[in-house]
Amino acid sequence: MQVDPRALRFAAILTSVVLALVLILDSPWLLAAQAVVFALGAAGASPYGMIFKGIVKSPPGELEDAGPPRFAQLVGLAFALVGLVGYATQITPLALGATAAALFAAFLNAAFGFCLGCEMYLIIRRLLPAAR
Amino acid sequence: MTGMIGPAVAAATLAVAVLVGVVLRRRDGVPREARGAVERLTAGDLGAELGERATLVQFSSAFCQPCRATRRILTEVTDMVPGVAHVEIDAESRLELVRSLNILRTPTVLVLDRSGRVVKRASGQPRKADVIAALGAAVEG
Repeated sequence: MQVDPRALRFAAILTSVVLALVLILDSPWLLAAQAVVFALGAAGASPYGMIFKGIVKSPPGELEDAGPPRFAQLVGLAFALVGLVGYATQITPLALGATAAALFAAFLNAAFGFCLGCEMYLIIRRLLPAAR
Repeated sequence: MTGMIGPAVAAATLAVAVLVGVVLRRRDGVPREARGAVERLTAGDLGAELGERATLVQFSSAFCQPCRATRRILTEVTDMVPGVAHVEIDAESRLELVRSLNILRTPTVLVLDRSGRVVKRASGQPRKADVIAALGAAVEG
């Protein structure tokens, strides 16, 4: 499957804004909403991507493979869930730390086009024993 | 629960991300001298013959956005410079080699001289001019 890289960039910007608002407003509910967005993105149905498609009608210059960004959404979901556990258990450093980590990755993608979540793939695979 | 801590964490995170982004943009994909012990790769390690004059070894993975562009750049370079081979290795299927070379990211490009010695190493998508310059060093050295 192929995706429009502009939609990915747009989604990263929205994700950065939402995650920054989670920290500023101290809102676990907003983080929960972003977790749902991450889950949908990992499933290939990013709501932010759909917003982009609704606004921008011009065709993309080139397409990108959907695999890496979907994997990165899964990494984002993992951090969001850890953050929610932090909020639920009132362990503030965990809630803020995990949300900040997700914000860090989303912002690097939004501002520099660098996919930190994608980079996690090989590192995770290296740590796992040779499965195949 | 947190008062002003949340906004402070948000601001600090964004400041660090800007810093890291700027450094990454400067350093990403720039070939550097291979550090540490001399590493030599054989045709057996690569699963392909070494180039006559030099070899560009690209480690790729399934979830790697810049790997495709890197492949295109390296192919263009090998088409242009005679005696240089481009070998692409799926990092996941060669985890032993990946661990022994301490490769953390894809794409990572190794520039080997004619004997298979690792002369330069670039992690991230390299620029074409940088690859050509690194090849020059590998062929002369």
